[in-house]
Amino acid sequence: MNNDENKNQDIHWLVKPKTIKILWLLMFVILAITLLLQAFAHIHGHFIIDESFGFNAWYGFITCVAMVFISKLLAIIVKRKDSYYDD
Amino acid sequence: MINYIPPGLILIIAGFLLLIVPKQLFKPIALVSPLITILLTIQVPDGVILKSSFLDYSIELIEGDKLARLFALIFSIMAIGGTIFAINNIKSRELGFAFIYAGSAIGVTFSGDLISMFVFWEIMAIGSTMVIWNGLEKSSHKAGFRYALIHFFGGVILMIGIIGHIYQSGSSNFTTIELNSWPQWLMLFGILINAGAWPISSWIGDAYPEASASGMVFLSAFTTKTAVFVLLKSFPGTEVLIYIGIFMIFYGIIYALLENDMRRILAYSIVNQVGFMVTGIGIGTEMALNGAAAHAFAHIIYKALLLMSAGSVLYMTGKRKCTDLGGLYRTMPITTICGIIGALAISSFPLTSGFISKSMISQGAADQHLTYVWFLLTAASAGVFLHAGIKFPWFVFFQKDSGLRPKDPPLNMKVSMIIFAALCIILGTFPSLLYSILPFNVNYVPYTSGHVVAYLQLLLFAGLAFFILLPQMKRTLTISLDSDWFFRVIGKKLINYFSIELNILSDGIKRGTPEQINSFIEQIFKYHGPSGILAKTLPTGRTIFWVIIIFALFLFLTFVS
Repeated sequence: MNNDENKNQDIHWLVKPKTIKILWLLMFVILAITLLLQAFAHIHGHFIIDESFGFNAWYGFITCVAMVFISKLLAIIVKRKDSYYDD
Repeated sequence: MINYIPPGLILIIAGFLLLIVPKQLFKPIALVSPLITILLTIQVPDGVILKSSFLDYSIELIEGDKLARLFALIFSIMAIGGTIFAINNIKSRELGFAFIYAGSAIGVTFSGDLISMFVFWEIMAIGSTMVIWNGLEKSSHKAGFRYALIHFFGGVILMIGIIGHIYQSGSSNFTTIELNSWPQWLMLFGILINAGAWPISSWIGDAYPEASASGMVFLSAFTTKTAVFVLLKSFPGTEVLIYIGIFMIFYGIIYALLENDMRRILAYSIVNQVGFMVTGIGIGTEMALNGAAAHAFAHIIYKALLLMSAGSVLYMTGKRKCTDLGGLYRTMPITTICGIIGALAISSFPLTSGFISKSMISQGAADQHLTYVWFLLTAASAGVFLHAGIKFPWFVFFQKDSGLRPKDPPLNMKVSMIIFAALCIILGTFPSLLYSILPFNVNYVPYTSGHVVAYLQLLLFAGLAFFILLPQMKRTLTISLDSDWFFRVIGKKLINYFSIELNILSDGIKRGTPEQINSFIEQIFKYHGPSGILAKTLPTGRTIFWVIIIFALFLFLTFVS
């Protein structure tokens, strides 16, 4: 049943452009809330910098970007077609 | 008199039975024996309770303590969960080997001496190789062979280390070991091979994904975590483990980011997660060791859950590459939700099991003022969300519409996923359940408002990075060369080169020498060559084989007498 409905509708509600726009918006709202929450919840840091406002946010973001780019750099050397070992 | 039966032995015997019994007995044995193992495990008291001696060495088959019970318990929970998942789709033979493998892992945890530990360690290698060989595809055979080579190599290194250690110290006691000379270093090296430490780490990504859908659920739990157990017991506070662990963490993240095969993503993330545990063991304080043990416990559950979810996709679609998958949330809601719960748990989201275990390792680093380690662990926590927490569910269940419309898998597979998903949330919501069975007393509160906010910021902004960089993450039909390239390509070329060159050389020499001399050489070779009657040596391997057989018989007789 569900299968047929999906095929007929073609686009599932979750992937409609409008939903995706709302999801992005929702994500930014949630991100803002987690930042604001820090004003009410004291983050007990172990060092000095990790108590500063929004440290975990920018640190998580920047290190992830760095990891993606390091993996991209490594890929230049180690990336092969997935049939590489077959022959 | 039998006062106690080694819990692992039940699974090993059940495993052997599964290899031979008729179909009607398959389900009863498969479902009941892991439950008996759980019951026996929780009843093991502290101290050595089953002991005998063999060739002047004391053999302690059951030595109970909190650490051993913790690992044996999670191994037996894993055995029952994996069995429920596998029962409709696994061959009796394959499950039999999986039980022998699981039972010997439990055998390692209860071993009180290095000799029985080593025997169980090697049975694990055989059992797991057989599980891989029962995989679905032709490539399983080759990958299984490479897996066996690496593990028997690791076994030999460990054995040399153990023999040297017993020779030096005069004791075969399986306890804390000081790294003061080469036998102990060899032991550490042999154990680290099983933990998946770089550079001998490629086997996890190479061999595990070649097993069947259910096979990999079993494989993910035992080998690496038994190594973690042995490190916890024998090498706590060994500083070099901090650096090895950190390297494993980032190696796992980077390779998982590059990977296209969904089960290989999860395999690399095993290395990443074991890296956290190894780092904790290296830090070596009670907080960090508790963290490593708790993380092993939590990890086995959520990694099995992730692999059950991936296994369900593989079982229903026959596909494992991200480039072929996507959009499955439409028709596989239960698999999607359980996969997401596993992904949140591995990323240490608040209210999941990963949150209460991993943060103890970071706390351990902070307590010791290991600044760089703390910052790297924090970055790595964000990286886990990136490479496993979002990447796996996104590319498998969302991403694009692949046109595939598989249903959720059969009932038993759904039940096992729901049980393990529930465990992830229960452990995360009620931390005291896990904290009360850890090796040391826990003096740690994971749920403070500050800690929760810090983790939410870290993880959600890592998520933002993922979606912003999504074009960079597009999957391609590629693999990434790993350290196994050296023996799979360079090693092969060297062998080919030398065998051709040497053949040409020896043919040339033969042609250039008179007939009589050649036949004289042939005669000598016949009697004095490697297999000649006058020169052949009896291999040590055969002797060891018979000693092991006698050892097994001996143990059996000890039980029945």
